Amino acid sequence: MKPKKSILDENLSRSDPRVKQIIAKMKKENYRPDALIEILHTAQNSFGFLPMSVLAFVTKELKVPPSRVYSTVTFYHFFSLKSKGEHTCLVCTGTACYVKGAEHILSEIEKDFSLKPGQVSPDNKLGVSTARCIGACGLAPAIVIDEEVHAKVKPEEVKNMILSKIGAQV
Amino acid sequence: MPKIPVNIDGRALEVDVGRTILDVCRENEIEILTMCHFEGIGDVGACRLCLVEIEGINKLLPACTTKVAANQVIKTQTEKLKKYQKITTELLFAERNHICAVCIADGNCELQDLGYKVGMEHVRFPYLFPKCEVDTSHPWYVMDHNRCIMCVRCVRVCSEVEGAHNWGIMNRGFQVRVISDFNTPWGDSTTCTACSKCVNVCPTGALWSKAAVQGQLVKQPQMVSELVAKRKMNL
Repeated sequence: MKPKKSILDENLSRSDPRVKQIIAKMKKENYRPDALIEILHTAQNSFGFLPMSVLAFVTKELKVPPSRVYSTVTFYHFFSLKSKGEHTCLVCTGTACYVKGAEHILSEIEKDFSLKPGQVSPDNKLGVSTARCIGACGLAPAIVIDEEVHAKVKPEEVKNMILSKIGAQV
Repeated sequence: MPKIPVNIDGRALEVDVGRTILDVCRENEIEILTMCHFEGIGDVGACRLCLVEIEGINKLLPACTTKVAANQVIKTQTEKLKKYQKITTELLFAERNHICAVCIADGNCELQDLGYKVGMEHVRFPYLFPKCEVDTSHPWYVMDHNRCIMCVRCVRVCSEVEGAHNWGIMNRGFQVRVISDFNTPWGDSTTCTACSKCVNVCPTGALWSKAAVQGQLVKQPQMVSELVAKRKMNL
């Protein structure tokens, strides 16, 4: 019987600078299995999301069960198995923002970019997501484009705000 | 072992320190309904069927994970608890696609037995009817998520007793699912030892052997409890 082919056999290049960051973090944490969350945090920051090959790599290096790594990644909202896009637009749908028209902003984005919350454009340039509350209720409705908070957003402004971000760096 | 006095359902008992309410009740033949509890593996308080009332605490606490304390006055058979047990049972049914008539575990199912026990006549809540997968990739066993109640006995027995850590849990809330490795097919698992402990401890028809036919599924859960006890004895 030949050994089963598994996702764990997928290899990442250890000379990849993003992988180097993960290795550095694991060394710093002394390869402790209970530092899993911190290490996944570093991995997500360097890759932007957590591809299966990265999960397999962390699993092998830390010698933790694959199911535990997958459980952790799917439990915490912060971790993502899918690419979030090069640029992200996060629309707050907390109570205050909702009342102030977050839905209109979302429908405007859907109209202009054909993206619903949780979706990423086919060219991977833009990802749209929502959050329950970003803690900026006084600025409602608020959106966050690439970690930059925009306050009291009018639906008709959103298109240009996003285009200027994507356009500027294309 | 020092003894402490507790009062359960009006009976004054002297019990060992550090035991759970469930242990004490079972020892004294006081009936407590359980689903996720399994003799020989750790308790997690997942099913909420063993809830008891304790005087002075206005929350209901699970008997399986609550340790007895001196002079506690515990009630296990009140109308309120009976009502909640029925609701909990109905919710267990409503959460996945439990249809006894077409289930391999029909007649050999702890969930079905529980339904009879609490006097469930029908489910008052709308079934969620989630779309669930059936994993038949393992050469001998099947995982049918339609019939899983998330008691996580399989996850615990796999890590605590077998030490293989094949099973895990993904997602949260009503989207939780038991997973093998990276949510990959069970048959492709690199950790599963095919020991069948998970199949034997599963209370429903979620995990079953391909050798079983409709209505003839027999599980041997006591095998696992005895195994744990024998290991402790160091024969």
